[in-house]
Amino acid sequence: MDAAAALERLREISSQIRAAVIFERGGKVVGSTIGDEQRAKDVAGEAEALLTEAERQRDAADGPGEFAQLEVALQAGSVFVVRDGDRLIAATTQPEPTVGLVFYDLKSCLRDLETPPAPKKRAAPRRKPATRTKKADAES
Amino acid sequence: MRSRNVLTGVLLGAGSVAGTLLFRRRLARRRERVDVYFGDGSMVSVAKPGEADPLLRRARRILELAS
Repeated sequence: MDAAAALERLREISSQIRAAVIFERGGKVVGSTIGDEQRAKDVAGEAEALLTEAERQRDAADGPGEFAQLEVALQAGSVFVVRDGDRLIAATTQPEPTVGLVFYDLKSCLRDLETPPAPKKRAAPRRKPATRTKKADAES
Repeated sequence: MRSRNVLTGVLLGAGSVAGTLLFRRRLARRRERVDVYFGDGSMVSVAKPGEADPLLRRARRILELAS
């Protein structure tokens, strides 16, 4: 499934998500629900900086750890960043969302990207028209 | 008469305690915070103003950009 289709499906299944950007580490945007390309890129950059900062805080406290997901709860809404392999997704929601559900939907969206598109069904072979045998041939 | 006053006082007291608890719970839920989950299953919650500020600032910027 491509990024646009995965994001479309995400919006269908989750009414809590306002906007989402799929990106790779380094800031390369793979897909976005934000119309403006530059803003999508800026969101990806900020989200990456956010998780770098979060990892640094963890490194200082408990040693290095591999980031999986984060939620920042603000009064104006929440920001989520979820990682699956090399890909990440950043999303914004309304205030006080159902956190577990949003994490699940975002992870599913990233996994949808990995699934190859379903192969196209082959058209059924045409039946050959029945050939008539001439009576004379049949008799001989 | 006196017992009715005592009952009223007890009910008022219980009501105010319940109200305070609900208010505090709601306030705590609305507090701005950052929850970070790691691959090994551990979670770090950052809510102290000094530590959380840089993360909250970036998240505010993301909300602005995405709106």
